[in-house]
Amino acid sequence: MSSTSIKIDYTKKELPDLITKLGYGLFALGLVIAVIAYFTDHTRAAYNNLIVLMFLTSIGLGALFMIGIEYLMGAVWSVPFRRVMEVLAAVLIVLPIVAIPVYLNMHDMYHWTHSDVVATDKILKSKAPYLNMEFFTIRIAVFFLLWIAFYFMITSNSRKQDKSGDQSLTTRNIRLSAIFMPVFAITLTFASIDWLMSLEPHWFSTMYGVYYFSGTILAAIAAGTFIIIKMDENGYFAKGINKDHYYALGALLFAFINFWAYIAFSQYMLYWYANLPEETFWFIDRWEGSWVYASIFLMIVHFVVPYFGLLSQPSKSNPKVLKFMALWILFAHIVDLFWLVMPTYSKDGVPFGWMELGFPILAVGLVITVFATLYKKMNMMPVGDPKLKRGINFRL
Amino acid sequence: MSEKILHSITAIFDTPDDIIHAAEKVSEKGYKDYDVNTPYPVHGMDHAMKLPPSKLGYFALVFGLTGTFTALALMFWMSVIDYPQVIGGKPFFPFPAYVPVMFEVTVLSASIATVMSMLIVFFKFPNNKHPLHDSEYMKKVSVDKFGVSIEAKDKLFNEVDVKAFLAEIGGKEITPVYYDNEEINHKNVILEPKFLGFLLVTFIIVSGATYFTMNKLLFMTPFDWMMHQEKVIAQDDFSFYGENRAMLTPVAGTVSRNNLPYLYIGKPEEAAVAMVNPLLPSKENLKLGEEKYNTYCSPCHGYFGEGDSRLRGQFPNPPSLHSEKVRNWSDGRIYHVIMEGQNVMPSYSSLMTREERWASILYLRALQRSLNAKETDLQ
Repeated sequence: MSSTSIKIDYTKKELPDLITKLGYGLFALGLVIAVIAYFTDHTRAAYNNLIVLMFLTSIGLGALFMIGIEYLMGAVWSVPFRRVMEVLAAVLIVLPIVAIPVYLNMHDMYHWTHSDVVATDKILKSKAPYLNMEFFTIRIAVFFLLWIAFYFMITSNSRKQDKSGDQSLTTRNIRLSAIFMPVFAITLTFASIDWLMSLEPHWFSTMYGVYYFSGTILAAIAAGTFIIIKMDENGYFAKGINKDHYYALGALLFAFINFWAYIAFSQYMLYWYANLPEETFWFIDRWEGSWVYASIFLMIVHFVVPYFGLLSQPSKSNPKVLKFMALWILFAHIVDLFWLVMPTYSKDGVPFGWMELGFPILAVGLVITVFATLYKKMNMMPVGDPKLKRGINFRL
Repeated sequence: MSEKILHSITAIFDTPDDIIHAAEKVSEKGYKDYDVNTPYPVHGMDHAMKLPPSKLGYFALVFGLTGTFTALALMFWMSVIDYPQVIGGKPFFPFPAYVPVMFEVTVLSASIATVMSMLIVFFKFPNNKHPLHDSEYMKKVSVDKFGVSIEAKDKLFNEVDVKAFLAEIGGKEITPVYYDNEEINHKNVILEPKFLGFLLVTFIIVSGATYFTMNKLLFMTPFDWMMHQEKVIAQDDFSFYGENRAMLTPVAGTVSRNNLPYLYIGKPEEAAVAMVNPLLPSKENLKLGEEKYNTYCSPCHGYFGEGDSRLRGQFPNPPSLHSEKVRNWSDGRIYHVIMEGQNVMPSYSSLMTREERWASILYLRALQRSLNAKETDLQ
């Protein structure tokens, strides 16, 4: 700490080909499954596609949120591996492509797109000024545009800094992040309402946006944690990242697991207490037939296991536990989205087959491919960032 | 004081970086019983001192779980076993409703127990004596300096070596700190029989006083000579007259004074014919009538009987009393309306006496005559 040099001895190490191949392989496999799925049963495929879309939104947008928070709070601990988050946020670019099949099949998925149904339904009629195809399309397009625009603005400043080391770029990013935060809050809330909550257009929950947000952040941090620890163990970062950094990541994961449980339970408890038929049917759909097992499975997978897995202090900085828990939480987030989306497709029982297994492969393949592609183009440490040295020296 | 015992050797450092390096070197050297004092938490100190993870977390875990299950057991006992009651149509064991309470009690007991166990187990509260207290060293490190103290009980401790070592790693103002007499002869005040006896006596007095207050004192009447007088109250038990109560049933056929029974209930036509105003339109009677009319009738009917009242608009407006219908009514018919009410108008039988009713009718007649005078009035 007494040394005054800002220079970090970081030399970029290329990713092994295996990762790129793995990414392409999984992506191709997932794509083939998806295409076959669309030809077999396009409705079910579209619902699965929606899960993938929201999963990728979670990772991309959550990662961008983490970058923004880092700039706004002046955090130093996350600076050494901010690039990982920046690469994950690049998933936002492919989102519109993933959304296209869902958009084309919306008529089979969303009840409110049927104008004849809306005409006879008093509630849907009163919601029609918001829930109609034109406005929906505009909203979704604006959301995608905003997200991608902010992604490019923030990350390009960060990459420029690698060469120039110009501190004013940090200031500029802080301002951008300050603008991004409210944009993020509003777009994420409305995106979750549009894509997910409107699957049941009669139902409403004011907590829905926050519920999706908690999962979003969790998925982004989990994906980041896994990649960061994996890369650090194999020497892709400069030396100096240690257990204290891991602990910060683990503590964040733990915090947001609790946050998710808190929000999920609060939403449930209010409906349980008030017991109004127009609100409770959403939960009844998820508590009847084989869905009851899915609901219990979700509680265990999304809360109980990671909670006890990360409860103790040493486990939060143990790389093995963290890597396992990060993958586990990503899995839990897919289960969560499955639980949100699928009861609309099949109220009778949990639909589980090769499609439900195949689409997540597509998502994982896509994330790895995006990661491997962008990895070639940039340093994995923001070497020009004025906070980098302090970030590496971060100690609890 | 010759019997001073060496507690530790202290050294002062100027910056947080220095103290981190010093702590690293001290722990590398193999000392176990040493401590670092800083005016604020220095990041990375645990690592530099090679401290094991704190055990405090286990206290939090145990007490937190105790809180969870205490809350669960408490609510279960109350709402399932002792006093099952249907609330909001929920089952007797409404688990979701328990969760917030369990959560809160967990947080509360975990946080309080963590602080308490930190104080009692780790800081040895209530003992607040420590040799470093009040030393020059402590005065400095609690303001703007950073210090290391290596204690004499360490196995590797050797006064000369330690002083040399501290100087070598850059420490300034290397000073020994001694126990003072009070600390050497320290006994835990809490365990003295006197104190324990005092606690016991206090406990007995406080609980006795509480018991007396809650069970006896609160139920004593401070003075009761006005409440218990030598007389019979209307609702009392009283068997002197044969009936078992103080208020006797009236003798059959009696009427109480000034309280003639009204014979024409629900019979307006009979009332109109049968009753005649017993009062003469004397000055006194008109005066009484004016007073009563202004008090009871004018709020709705207006001071001049035109229905232009002060309450206009808040109730359906009453019709004018100057209409031909009312003018042609007999006094008995008007009396009946006062007794029984009409439409929205309630009965005024309990508000006005018989005499007042007739007097206000006299006054009303005078009002009517003022607008629709008879030929004879002009003479």
